[in-house]
Amino acid sequence: MFAYLAKRVIQAVAVMFVISLIAFAIQGNLGDPLRELVGQSVSEEVRQQLRDELGLNDSFLTQYLRFAGNALQGDLGTSYFFKEPALDVILKKLPATLELVFGATLIIVGFSVPLGVYTAIKPDSILSRIIMGLSIVGISIPVFLTAILMIFVFSVEYGWFPSYGRGDTVHVWGYWETNFATADGWMHIILPSIALASIMLPLFVRLIRAEMMEVLQSEYVKYAKAKGINPWRIYFVHALKNTLLPVITVGGVQIGTMVAYTILTETVFQWPGMGFMFLEAVNRVDTPLIVAYLIVVGFIFVVTNTIVDLIYGLVNPTVNIARMGA
Amino acid sequence: MSLLSVRDLTVKFAMRDQTVTALNGISFDLAKGERLGIVGESGAGKSITGFSLMNLLSRPGYIDSGQILFNGEDVVQMNDKRLRNLRGNRMAMIFQDPMVTLNPVLTIGQQMIETLMAHRKLSREEARQIAIVKLREVYIPSPEERLEQYPHELSGGMRQRIIIAIALLLDPQLIIADEPTTALDVTIQADIMELMLELCQSNQVGLILITHDLGVVSQMTERTLVMYAGRIIESGRTREIINDPQHPYTQGLINALPQQTVPGQRLKQIPGNMPGLASIPAGCAFNPRCKYATDLCRSRVPETVHYGEVEVACHEVQRLNSDEDRQEARA
Repeated sequence: MFAYLAKRVIQAVAVMFVISLIAFAIQGNLGDPLRELVGQSVSEEVRQQLRDELGLNDSFLTQYLRFAGNALQGDLGTSYFFKEPALDVILKKLPATLELVFGATLIIVGFSVPLGVYTAIKPDSILSRIIMGLSIVGISIPVFLTAILMIFVFSVEYGWFPSYGRGDTVHVWGYWETNFATADGWMHIILPSIALASIMLPLFVRLIRAEMMEVLQSEYVKYAKAKGINPWRIYFVHALKNTLLPVITVGGVQIGTMVAYTILTETVFQWPGMGFMFLEAVNRVDTPLIVAYLIVVGFIFVVTNTIVDLIYGLVNPTVNIARMGA
Repeated sequence: MSLLSVRDLTVKFAMRDQTVTALNGISFDLAKGERLGIVGESGAGKSITGFSLMNLLSRPGYIDSGQILFNGEDVVQMNDKRLRNLRGNRMAMIFQDPMVTLNPVLTIGQQMIETLMAHRKLSREEARQIAIVKLREVYIPSPEERLEQYPHELSGGMRQRIIIAIALLLDPQLIIADEPTTALDVTIQADIMELMLELCQSNQVGLILITHDLGVVSQMTERTLVMYAGRIIESGRTREIINDPQHPYTQGLINALPQQTVPGQRLKQIPGNMPGLASIPAGCAFNPRCKYATDLCRSRVPETVHYGEVEVACHEVQRLNSDEDRQEARA
């Protein structure tokens, strides 16, 4: 177990190293930080002097090592716009984004399993054909379009749901505010969650269906039938458990990807999360914030994938984490 | 009354552009506790026969017509509930490859206990105790520990023993074993066969053994069916079939056994291959490979006739045997 964990951690560190390198390389190419700091009224000599003081004339390696050293101590630079440490700015926005991702994940998990299983068991039924048709539509329409359409239909035309913001939130601990404590909070998070889920849900329905259909052809499912086992037990115990093994792996990657998709959803719904913040940072060329965002998202990605691998080991009896690692 | 009585069973496969006949009007009986072998080349319809008996054909295969009377009740007409009650309970099946038969994510215990609880009103603990007893019967060491293990932790031979134990869990009247040792090591094959024979005899269980191994058939069964291209071409007591086969195809099979060949000589094989289901020749399906074939063989499907000690479907069986008699007389 320890060896396996250690191996995973080393891999994660390597991935984070590459991400930090890419993020830092971007920093040097996103306009001139000095212009953002001092504007245009400062003379060229003072600019050069400031450059030296800020270390902008050092070699790439020296600058990167300084950046990495600070990053390891939790200092990802200071946002030009907020005049606060970039990490603090992001962490304040993080709960809103994580709650949105959580809402979308609930929708995906809650619907993809029953829909995927149904379309696998009854591939020829009319309902299955409708579900599969809609899933193609869902995958094909970009998130921002889905989001705008939903706002138009459900907020503007029918007025069922609010069209922007988080609504009433409740402080849980620290600066974590939650949407799930008030009815108004729930109303606000429903549309953005659906919009965010709109791409992943069809993907998962199709994935589960394909895996399930393959599993249903297997010898052990045939054997379970030959033992006279109830079909529901065959579908949900014998087949589904085997179906979900590959789905878990893909799912971990997709949850990470979903954090990135929040940029579009949050922008359309004016959701005060880090995706929305990122887009604003790009507009303001707030380089330290952009870099910090890339690193935080990369970190979330790496952590979720590591956790998913561990879960996979727990669910799949042929993977023995306790003995793995060599 | 016989335990199992199959009458004119016809199984078809609905392919995209045509429907092919996989079993063509086969009929046979099985008495209580009797052991029957079904032999033939791959694709002859042996396994399809086995699955049909449980009404377990999966698409695109289906039973087109005929009856499968099990204790007088027609399996073909049973509804899903009756079928579930039949499968695993009164009629059990042993699959070909133990490496893929057991569910990889469920423990041996879960897979045994669910079978018991699907058919009997038992507590989990009672079911567990029965599972342990049955594992002992198939000589599995420390059965309590095995119940907690997953299939991948056990060897192929061990898994097939467990599958035999599962087949015996509910004391069925009939076990259908579809090439139960084909996927196993040669040294383990004999053990498994011996075990099955012992358990069938001591529990008075009927056995249908599907195999292409004539040696196994002669050792395990009392009666044998020889199948070719979806039909039974010869049937009778195993001893007669092995020692005095009447159909040219059965004769070819027996002659192809390594024991029938002088060491150092080439094995005697039957020329050609069995036809695919979509291209079964007119008349006797074996005629292109048969050196005795006549125009009649190429135009009409032979009736099954009683000849000597066996039932055989061959137009030329009489001529063939008188030829042999003549050869013997000359020798």
